[in-house]
Amino acid sequence: MADERTERHFADGQAPPDQIGSRVLRKEDHRLLTGKGRFGSDVDRSRMLHVRVVRSSVAAGTITAIRTEEARAVAGVVDVVTAADLPGDLRIPVRLLVQGVDLSEHLQPVLARDTVRYVGEPVAVVVAEDAYAAEDGAELVDVEVEPDDVFLDARTAPADRIAADFTLGYGDVDAAFDAAAHVVECRFDIGRHTAVPLEPRALVVDYLPGSGDLEIFGATKVPVFNRQVLAGLLEVDPESIRMHAVDAGGGFGVRGEFYPEDFLVPWLARRLRCSLSWVEDRAEHLVAVNHSREQSHQIGVALDDNGFILALRDDIWHDNGAYVRTHGIIVPELTVAMLPGPYRVPAYSGRVHVALTNKTPCGTYRAPGRFEGTTVREQLFDQVAAEIGVDRVELRRRNLLRRDELPHRREINTLGTDMVLDSGDYPGLLERALARARELQWPELVEAARAEGRRVGLGVSMFLEKSGLGPSDTADVEVTGSGRIRVHSGGTSLGQGIETVLAQVVADEFRVDTDLVDVINGDTLLQPYGTGSWASRSTVVAGNAVSGAGKQVVARMLEIASRVLEVSPDDLEVGRGQVQVRGVLDRALSFRDVWRDTQPGSAWLRPEESAGLSARFRFNIEHMTYPYGAHICVVEVDPDTGGVQVLKYLVAYEVGRAVNPTLVEGQLRGGVAQGVGGALLEQFSYDESGQPQATTFMDYLMPTASEVPDVELIVCEDAPADTNALGVRGAGEGGLTGAGAAVASAVSAALDQPSMSALPLTPSRLLQCLRDEAGTHARAANA
Amino acid sequence: MKDQHLVTMRVNGREHELVIESRKTLADVLRQDLGLTGTHLGCEHGICGACTVLMDGEPIRACLVFGVQADGRELRTVESLADGDELNDLQQAFSKHHGLQCGFCTPGFLMLGEAYLSTNPEPDRDEVREVVSANLCRCTGYQGIVDAVCEVAEKRKVSRG
Repeated sequence: MADERTERHFADGQAPPDQIGSRVLRKEDHRLLTGKGRFGSDVDRSRMLHVRVVRSSVAAGTITAIRTEEARAVAGVVDVVTAADLPGDLRIPVRLLVQGVDLSEHLQPVLARDTVRYVGEPVAVVVAEDAYAAEDGAELVDVEVEPDDVFLDARTAPADRIAADFTLGYGDVDAAFDAAAHVVECRFDIGRHTAVPLEPRALVVDYLPGSGDLEIFGATKVPVFNRQVLAGLLEVDPESIRMHAVDAGGGFGVRGEFYPEDFLVPWLARRLRCSLSWVEDRAEHLVAVNHSREQSHQIGVALDDNGFILALRDDIWHDNGAYVRTHGIIVPELTVAMLPGPYRVPAYSGRVHVALTNKTPCGTYRAPGRFEGTTVREQLFDQVAAEIGVDRVELRRRNLLRRDELPHRREINTLGTDMVLDSGDYPGLLERALARARELQWPELVEAARAEGRRVGLGVSMFLEKSGLGPSDTADVEVTGSGRIRVHSGGTSLGQGIETVLAQVVADEFRVDTDLVDVINGDTLLQPYGTGSWASRSTVVAGNAVSGAGKQVVARMLEIASRVLEVSPDDLEVGRGQVQVRGVLDRALSFRDVWRDTQPGSAWLRPEESAGLSARFRFNIEHMTYPYGAHICVVEVDPDTGGVQVLKYLVAYEVGRAVNPTLVEGQLRGGVAQGVGGALLEQFSYDESGQPQATTFMDYLMPTASEVPDVELIVCEDAPADTNALGVRGAGEGGLTGAGAAVASAVSAALDQPSMSALPLTPSRLLQCLRDEAGTHARAANA
Repeated sequence: MKDQHLVTMRVNGREHELVIESRKTLADVLRQDLGLTGTHLGCEHGICGACTVLMDGEPIRACLVFGVQADGRELRTVESLADGDELNDLQQAFSKHHGLQCGFCTPGFLMLGEAYLSTNPEPDRDEVREVVSANLCRCTGYQGIVDAVCEVAEKRKVSRG
């Protein structure tokens, strides 16, 4: 089979074209299109029981009693547990510690013991023979809570509700503000969002009765890390737990972090000595999975006479919900660290107060900290443009770091790395984006619509991203007995197409087509050193790791073949699916031949030399790489309803090198959809007693095909990253980062406002704007 | 005592006789009793459309229909589309136009698309957008899905002559 394919591909005697850079169809697609994907809830085990979590319906209070008798009496219910059944006060540790802040007091327990702090907090767990019976039982668990006062507004947080309070920055900000020709300040609030992958979370834990070992399906994102945490909490050897790779219905930051259920389900499997399935429903998901984004900024900028920035300062209240979860305080940290963006900011101070409220705890959501900071900074700049009378775009042109100012070191440390903005051409990218918008006649479109009296506006935003966070990732590559190439990567498949991308990278090392490559991600037995997929890092770190491992396997194949063919390895090359003598194509060994020559018993192996054709490579990277981009959009506001229609959208993004341009475009388009949702529709709100008001898709509104326009894309490969050999920058988040800012900019233009003051720009907010405007006009007419 | 019923349904061309609890949703029957796990549950309240299947040719939310309501009906799920390993035209178009990423919503969009295409539409991008807006996707931004449905509508129209 493998050889047939090889012959088919290389029948013309040519090696295949480079796979990196080509629009290879995704390896994932066939199974997903035929219904044969295997998601967490698709995994079935014989006599598997089903788990249902009982959650607090009160936002703050003291648990006075939990009565489980009625639940236990339900036919099919096998077990009901509460915190009293746990081995101790188990808390979920932080995965990413930054800024040296001790957060141990604020960690979430796996089950609430004495107090509940948000609606949705796990308080008990029911296990039953089927999911329906488990739900019946859960409804009958009687949790008695003496309610306490709820706290919901981060801005008014007293000291005992502040988990962290820190400032990042450099330069003499106060002096700059004192000396400035212009100082512009504004307040901007970002709504509370979450990622909403289409697949709710699911975990299947297979209990192996002989050994007590666990096989776990569904822990996608950072399985090696999660295994370590779980082993610690269960007090077992990590090697007794195997996390299997499964398909995942979207990640976007929230899926695959270590949540209470990631302990509870495996622990119950061991307690009951049986296999268990837990599948979350959507109502649970919306109160249980990490929330994100909610911040209130008081931001100001000092400028000189010519509109050049002298200093920037921001004071941020970050609503982290009831506990600190696995992300610790990286979202607030990234917010302040990335806030200056692609601009020349001589002095900067960003302070963030991380407040604990009685809401679902927070973590990252795609473009964490950057969506928030970019929106706020760009809105401030729009306000500046209005106040000092400079064109919005011209203001940005003046202040963007120029090509000759890069690399630019910012005296800020984020995610444990120094911030060095690598190569690039920020103004050049902005001009390209603007030129494309002009070519598409968007300015004329806006002008014509406004001439008709329609409330149409064009918005622009610039942003800086980050990606490729190290410190390392590990990959194994091997040639198999049929001459295929198998990759065991440390990345995880969340829908982003990483199997295809890694196959492309490896295929180029072996000069074969991606059809010959099999990529297995996220299996802790196959790749015990994987660091997972998050933060737009996998193409960078997993990509370079598989590239390195591939190179080593190729070198070994050449070495073995050189013994067989009796030529120097230097005279050999891989091509046409074989190892061949340069220039003598018929003196060659197929990959399968070389594999056979490395098997135990082969005469070509030296004494004590390892058998097989495999290599493990660890790729290290010290600094992140910083992609950058621009968003331009045109929106129309309906003055009667306050509704916003996004008419046109463009993203220009520098990715260094697009391994698969189609997949990069998909990342950007999908990001825009989420960004439009965050800008216009999505928001978790709470009533005064802390009851969440959005627990279904009828209340938490996500954009449909009617709200998201076709997106024009300029994928730039003008500035390959110099932090890694592939030159890739990571493309997972830039479609989202600038969207809140661009949409807000366009809406403010449509409404003839200098800037807006909050996201999402809901109809009620915009109607208020329009009423204020009408009032102003009426007052002006009366005056 | 569970309230169980004997029902028959024809799924992807095969007749099935099943004993199912009255409260069990069609989606759970398809997934658990018949092993057709291509039908996905994204919200279980009829909004996201990931569980869209065809009942007597009409697209329905399998999370909002009880299994017993499918008694005597003809059902089609995503598993019926490909011919062996050969993807049908709509599946191929989804892959070509990158109309899927995580693939969780994809079966629902495919069945929604098949139902629309079976009405022999005149291809119209705005209409396709409106049809597709029945379901939710969180990955793609919908453009590839719209492109795929438009392309197949055009091709099938041409082949109808």
